[in-house]
Amino acid sequence: MESYHLLTLFLTAVVLVGGAIIFSYYAAPYKPGTVKSEPYECGIPTEGPTWIQFHVGYYLFAIIYLIFDVETVFLYPWAVVMREVGLSAFIEVLIFLTILGLGLLYAWKKKALIWE
Amino acid sequence: MYDFSPFIDSINSFFTSNFSPFWASVLLMLLLGVAILAFYAVLGLYLVYAERKICARMQNRIGPNRVGPLGLFQTIADLIKLLLKELIYIRNADGFLFNIAPFIVIVASIMAIGSIPFAKGLQAIDLNIGVLYILAISSMGVIGVLIAGWASNSKYSVIGAMRSGAQVISYELSVGLSLLCMIVFAGSMQLSDIITSQQDGWWLFKGHIPAFIAFVIYLIAGTAETNRGPFDLAEAESELTAGFHTEYSGIKFAFFFLAEYMNMFIIAAVATTIFLGGWLPFHIYNFTAFNTVMDYIPPVFWFFGKTAFIIYVMMWFKWTFPRLRIDQLLALEWKYLLPINLLNLVLISFLTLMKWHF
Repeated sequence: MESYHLLTLFLTAVVLVGGAIIFSYYAAPYKPGTVKSEPYECGIPTEGPTWIQFHVGYYLFAIIYLIFDVETVFLYPWAVVMREVGLSAFIEVLIFLTILGLGLLYAWKKKALIWE
Repeated sequence: MYDFSPFIDSINSFFTSNFSPFWASVLLMLLLGVAILAFYAVLGLYLVYAERKICARMQNRIGPNRVGPLGLFQTIADLIKLLLKELIYIRNADGFLFNIAPFIVIVASIMAIGSIPFAKGLQAIDLNIGVLYILAISSMGVIGVLIAGWASNSKYSVIGAMRSGAQVISYELSVGLSLLCMIVFAGSMQLSDIITSQQDGWWLFKGHIPAFIAFVIYLIAGTAETNRGPFDLAEAESELTAGFHTEYSGIKFAFFFLAEYMNMFIIAAVATTIFLGGWLPFHIYNFTAFNTVMDYIPPVFWFFGKTAFIIYVMMWFKWTFPRLRIDQLLALEWKYLLPINLLNLVLISFLTLMKWHF
């Protein structure tokens, strides 16, 4: 039954958004205009392209995030069995987190965590 | 005492005995869909109302008070207004992505709500990896935000979306790690199991100081993850007009707004489930008279009471703290919360190893 529930929730969300947008499409007025369909920039005509290369800082943080998030995924199965396995699990996670901490320290010393 | 599983089972058996298997499952799906939809709509509307009332109290105003008694129907009137507003299309926008973004945001929040245990047996999906599921699904929302900002083809939107992306992925780590600490205690990722492990005391009290540290970190990171409060850089009104949803109008804007409030509810509900014992009543050790009185209050009230308290705290954050700058925001996560969290994890696994928790 539970696999149906996931599908049901997904379909519910799609029906909610789709239904409301379709209703609004027929119920709401539609009067397009050249000024109205401009991107909003406080009334000034927009200048130059918007889809440009972005600040490298975001990229750096995304890379560090990727490393840490993948490591966190490895910790989930460990967390579940920690209670049963006991001491060896504790020592293993100590080693694991030391390596992880060294990685964070390296990024910190390389000034990857400073926003310019 | 208040167990919902016989109730759910009787609904199931009613449909399976009166209809063919195909129609029974279709009707059950329909029933669940309608129930979730009604819950979602009512909750969304009244969270917006609560936010406006609380904000008004904090700024010494009255807040909405004209439509209905105490302004209770104000948000319904707003919803009807938004439904009847024109949907503006931006000339140079990426049409397909522009339209798909509200779907992603809403799908993420509804699917996460399905796995929250409101009372014993009252849970649509009880996965054995419940915590991981909620984290995974609720982090899908940021994809919708990024798509919305990028597809709008407006400078404000792109900056807002980029900031939102950097912020949400950074704080995702702290949310995950602080929940991980409690998984070490509970020894399970299934939400109903985590609640049963708190029968003799909530993890916030049983886990000594490390559990409290994890709870505080979870609250801060959770607030940041919903793009709210002092962390609302993604839609900073005074800098970016409305951030990633500048170009959205009418009902599409309403969905982004709704999703923000529902994400706040999800964060509060997960905090309730994992730190504050979910639907379990408040007990004082060995004080039987008090415990019996507390047992008479239905679990649904306990759940919503605790959740409402955490939501109130998050709204309190929003209306008292000034907004952070992006460098302060990222420094807070990477230089403070993350190292503290890693040390806290070691501390908690040591506590579990020595069996020092109650």
